[in-house]
Amino acid sequence: MIQIVQQLAFVAAIGFTGYLVTKRATFIYKNIFLGKDVEIKGDQQKRLGNMFRLAFGQQKMFDRPLVGLMHFAVYAGFLLINIEVLEIVLDGITGQHRIFANVIPSSIYHFIVSFFEIMALAVTVSCFIFLIRRNALKIPRFHMEEMKGWPYRDANIILYAEIILMTMLFSMNASDAVLQQMGNEHYPIVGTFVISQFLAPLFSGLSETALVAVERTAWWVHILGIFAFSVYITYSKHLHIFLAFPNTYFAKMEPKGKMENMESVTNEVKIMLGMPVENTDQGDSDEMPTFGAKDVQDLTWRNVMNAYSCTECGRCTSQCPANITGKKLSPRKVMMDVRDRAEEIGKNRDANGGTFQDDGKMLYGDYISKEELMACTSCNACAEACPINIDPLGIILEMRRYVAMEESGTPQEWNMVFQNIENNQAPWAFAASDRFKWGEELRTQEVKKSDTDNIKA
Amino acid sequence: MTDTNFLKVPTMAEMVEQGKHPEVLFWVGCAGSYDDRYKRVITAFVKILNEVNVNFAVLGPEESCTGDPARRAGNEFLFQMQAMQNIEVLNAYEIKKIVTACPHCFNTIKNEYPALGGNYDVVHHSEFLQGLIDEGKLSVDGGEAFKGKKITFHDSCYLGRANDIYQAPRTVIEALDADLVEMKRCKKNGLCCGAGGAQMFKEPEQGNKDINIERTEEAISTGAEVVAAGCPFCMTMISDGIKNKEKEKDVKVMDLAELVAESKGL
Repeated sequence: MIQIVQQLAFVAAIGFTGYLVTKRATFIYKNIFLGKDVEIKGDQQKRLGNMFRLAFGQQKMFDRPLVGLMHFAVYAGFLLINIEVLEIVLDGITGQHRIFANVIPSSIYHFIVSFFEIMALAVTVSCFIFLIRRNALKIPRFHMEEMKGWPYRDANIILYAEIILMTMLFSMNASDAVLQQMGNEHYPIVGTFVISQFLAPLFSGLSETALVAVERTAWWVHILGIFAFSVYITYSKHLHIFLAFPNTYFAKMEPKGKMENMESVTNEVKIMLGMPVENTDQGDSDEMPTFGAKDVQDLTWRNVMNAYSCTECGRCTSQCPANITGKKLSPRKVMMDVRDRAEEIGKNRDANGGTFQDDGKMLYGDYISKEELMACTSCNACAEACPINIDPLGIILEMRRYVAMEESGTPQEWNMVFQNIENNQAPWAFAASDRFKWGEELRTQEVKKSDTDNIKA
Repeated sequence: MTDTNFLKVPTMAEMVEQGKHPEVLFWVGCAGSYDDRYKRVITAFVKILNEVNVNFAVLGPEESCTGDPARRAGNEFLFQMQAMQNIEVLNAYEIKKIVTACPHCFNTIKNEYPALGGNYDVVHHSEFLQGLIDEGKLSVDGGEAFKGKKITFHDSCYLGRANDIYQAPRTVIEALDADLVEMKRCKKNGLCCGAGGAQMFKEPEQGNKDINIERTEEAISTGAEVVAAGCPFCMTMISDGIKNKEKEKDVKVMDLAELVAESKGL
């Protein structure tokens, strides 16, 4: 009877988790596609290669080898222990215990579970070190303004959760081992495992009933914890464990210095210059084109996906020359702002029957200030630093376009530059007619041929 | 041939008049045309071009800002106006290959003009100099000017991260027999001078330090006698930093072209 109740409760838990995750995933998917379409250029093979190297292989994480190794341990542990989760899920549904032990030879089963335990230990140790790094060592990039409150808690919660999950895994296996020795028929003889064998003595004094309770509790906390975790990450920066893959696949592959051409401007400029204009559909476009980005809807879906993929590690900000020298700009905050605003727009949309109702707010101004945008040197250090090729600069420059072209809000000095370029064809106020003075002066200089080299025709 | 004793700086208009076509167009840029300090860099490069008899020309009065600062400042209209007019001139002269000493001009013409109909083979002068050295057309060995001297290279963002060119400038410095010392933040981790993205033309936002000071301190700490640059904006920013630190006597800021020209006694 209790068995059946457990099985039903388990199936209900899976169903509920599936419902919540699907709901959140749909919400996030719709939010990402608030962004405009973007042409994905470049070779597919190379994109796959990037995904393999950067997301799967975490190549850029190894720029800092020790941290890279620990991060890889947590990630590999996460992936591989999922195979054990599959067994747990099957056990939960069927009411059996260690279902795989009946299917595969016991020596192999023993080896695999022991291997998982080693991974679990690596995860635990790494998470402890990460907690120390974050909370005791006070690494500056973890304690900046944008990390106050929820982002800081989010980072810690996930580390505590990982440690709890791994502890449950060990407790489960250790109490299981004692129960096997007692000859409890529900627990097939699979032997002790490499790590949990050292924990078994802790449980050996308990009665059989107490042991079953411990084992069952650990088992349930472990699997329910994993279910809760999978819902939690959709609200958390930890979404990167999935989105790192599409994010690296779709990342910009052209030279980092290249800015995308604005076709909407090209036609107008051609008209101004009296040049022939191709494919103008002026007749049916009743919408005035707006230039640049003031809100999430003006960005591309790749920009928004970037934002949802960001783990708030702050490598971008720690490399940003503006941030290093105390300016307000933080590329990480830009990414966090885009995500927060996308969430806000998404909630508004869903609350209003699928159509976003103007809430009097914008990404520009309410989240990202002009001061931040203006401080950027477009040096690409942020994009280079990101382990999963997020491009904060693309967003900053798109928002500057809004400031310049829609708001005419650029600093006075830049307005002077614009004027100089228009009038003198140079950013400085020098006469265009003097442009070749340097050459004319040079032509009067006598040639001094070096004595080490003869003229080569 | 009475003019052989004078430096040749032919313009495209003059070339066409004589029925000639250059192998390569030297795109001078605004800094090279107007900034007194940077004119010396352009002079050095012209001397090198003369020395190795490169068949080159400049646009001269027909050259115009590429539009880079306007685009980075958000003014796409002005950028495209500039770009289209420049492309019209370049295409009319049937220009195929362009060399420039400015990484901003380089990036814009190379990466951004194609979308507006301007397709050229664009090289930065560091690559061009490396090419001349590799082909044996430009020999810098025997030049004692920088032998064993500590030189550090400041990566320009628009050459380095923007276009992944890290080796060419270093090859040129190494060819001088100089002792190339790297700053802690170099190559893909190089720290910006503070001028990119049109910052050159305005005061920085409120902060606790200027970016060029941060970078200059790092350059000085290498103990180098020369900070080599490959960008007019970097040159200005680092020079200002050196002045600010009152180190003008100990540390010189020089462009790659100046290093080569000086080592050859040009």
